[in-house]
Amino acid sequence: MKEVSFRILSNRPLTGEVFEMKLSGDVSDFRGPGQFAEVALPGFFLRRPISAADLGENSLTLIYKTVGKGTGSMSRLTPGAELSILTGLGNGYDLSRAGETPLLIGGGVGVPPLYLLAKRLREEGKAVRAILGFNTKSEIFYEEEFRALGAGVTVTTVDGSAGTKGFVTDALPEKPGYFYACGPLPMLRAVYRAVPGAGEFSLEERMGCGFGACMGCTIETASGPKRVCRDGPVFRKEELLWGK
Amino acid sequence: MGKMSVDLCGIELENPVIPASGTFGFGYEFAELYDINRLGTFSFKGTTLYPRFGNPTPRIAETPAGMLNAVGLQNPGVEKVIAEELPKLRRVFSKKVMANVSGFSEEEYEKTAALLDKEEIVGWIELNVSCPNVHGGGMSFGTDPDRAARVTERVKRAVKKPLIVKLSPNVTDVAEIARACEAAGADGISLINTLMGMRIDPGTRRPILGNVTGGLSGPAVFPVALRMVWQVYEAVKIPVVGMGGVTSAEDAIEMILAGATAVEVGAANLTDPMASLKIVEDLPRVMEKYGIDSLADVKGAAHHG
Ligand SMILES: Cc1cc2nc3c(=O)[nH]c(=O)nc-3n(C[C@H](O)[C@H](O)[C@H](O)COP(=O)(O)OP(=O)(O)OC[C@H]3O[C@@H](n4cnc5c(N)ncnc54)[C@H](O)[C@@H]3O)c2cc1C
Ligand SMILES: Cc1cc2nc3c(=O)[nH]c(=O)nc-3n(C[C@H](O)[C@H](O)[C@H](O)COP(=O)(O)O)c2cc1C
Ligand code: FES
Repeated sequence: MKEVSFRILSNRPLTGEVFEMKLSGDVSDFRGPGQFAEVALPGFFLRRPISAADLGENSLTLIYKTVGKGTGSMSRLTPGAELSILTGLGNGYDLSRAGETPLLIGGGVGVPPLYLLAKRLREEGKAVRAILGFNTKSEIFYEEEFRALGAGVTVTTVDGSAGTKGFVTDALPEKPGYFYACGPLPMLRAVYRAVPGAGEFSLEERMGCGFGACMGCTIETASGPKRVCRDGPVFRKEELLWGK
Repeated sequence: MGKMSVDLCGIELENPVIPASGTFGFGYEFAELYDINRLGTFSFKGTTLYPRFGNPTPRIAETPAGMLNAVGLQNPGVEKVIAEELPKLRRVFSKKVMANVSGFSEEEYEKTAALLDKEEIVGWIELNVSCPNVHGGGMSFGTDPDRAARVTERVKRAVKKPLIVKLSPNVTDVAEIARACEAAGADGISLINTLMGMRIDPGTRRPILGNVTGGLSGPAVFPVALRMVWQVYEAVKIPVVGMGGVTSAEDAIEMILAGATAVEVGAANLTDPMASLKIVEDLPRVMEKYGIDSLADVKGAAHHG
């Protein structure tokens, strides 16, 4: 963990409610995909946890949905502004378990951390397949960016306005392989039930600190109480007690 | 440079800054960021006799200028704290630590405190009779002067180290409770724990917190905390440790002027992990600004004409 002052390079809407913010600053504390940042927003007491969607030499990309006052105010910040961000938080995805044909399953703003994961897995020469689920056509983002990495992409929309009609679980391949999932809880639980093999889930909880000090984010797991911020946010399937 | 050191119940603190229980874990998360020996000391996570998972999530909600928490005393239980957490702490901390103890019966408080009292690294026992997030324990001991006195008396007999009783602000007359604890043998009083509150999500029409209610802390509570420190300082002769919303060296000085011997820092550690260290580093400058040569000398100064 490291507190870093970042400068906003760009902050643009990808869809009506989803924004992409690019920032420049020291990202040396990030170890890999699945880790997150805690962003201090002027006027708000708690920081906002947002996943690293992409990491560059000296740059960080955050993709966030405006769901409340904090992310709403974030969407109005302009290039040049400085933001205090805690970097390198949490334990990310375990790339060593990917196998040759990993499956990435993302829903809504669960898609962003999978972009960085897809990028790293492609760098390792893996045949990445991604299922990206959205509600409707106008909410789709980053489909082209995933394709540009050379990933095989299947888009699903609940209303059928683009791609496969239905949920991510309606587009599962014959042989899923090792999977990495991130998205809203009902989607994650559906994936947990639908995919028989091994994989990893990225979870969300409301956080007080984001670095393990307050016990605000604890869940019960197969190996006892775990803090989503410090021991997660990525958990292996067998760690979760979601039943069958 | 002015004198920052203060005496807390017979143990000298290099400076009066103490991260508060529940916001600093067992110290070692922060030791990755800075040398925690630069703090006066810190109070570790509220420990109970048996392991506790705590409350269901969400345990955290934001408020204007603060936060609600309903963690519910998640801790591995005193045996594991002694066997696993304290050895890890010893590797990064050479000072005496404040052991925060909670419970659900007088007997439980007594047993837990007695076990921690034997640990070399423990300097003080901070008896949390004020946790609002557990049912049938914690705060119910701290909102009634007789019950507070009884548990204080019983624990005092079982420990050798200084006993600091941590009080709840969720009472009508905090001075009365403080006096009862002093009469029962407390060596110090710390306050305030969190103020009971809640938030509702209009989207779901349900309380945000899994526990429905939670404890408010952060800058929002500072004036309430300061007022209570002021009242307790007037009511008792034993040292008072002030906390509630402290985020800067200026806040710490206000607490000391109101009568605090030392100052605990809670929620500020969560939003800025360097917050406590920044207060330590900023104190000399702020002391100079206000012409303070020694913090001990200005303790309670606001009470005198
Ligand atoms: C590890 C992690 C990674 C995340 N990554 C992303 C991401 O890449 N993109 C994205 O759009 N969102 C992400 N989220 C969710 C994001 O943190 C929330 O949407 C955001 O905090 C909402 O803030 P707000 O002020 O707009 O909402 P409000 O509802 O006004 O916020 C009030 C409080 O609740 C908290 N809160 C509300 N919803 C959530 C939630 N779903 N999870 C955690 N805390 C919440 C806020 O942080 C704040 O403290 C992530 C959450 C976690 C825990
Ligand atoms: C997340 C969290 C957990 C806490 N846990 C404890 C605890 O275990 N024992 C205790 O005595 N106080 C606990 N407290 C209360 C704090 O120690 C402190 O009394 C209170 O938060 C007021 O200070 P602040 O406004 O600086 O946070 C907790 C507070 C927070 C925010
Ligand atoms: S949010 Fe504080 S421990 Fe996870």
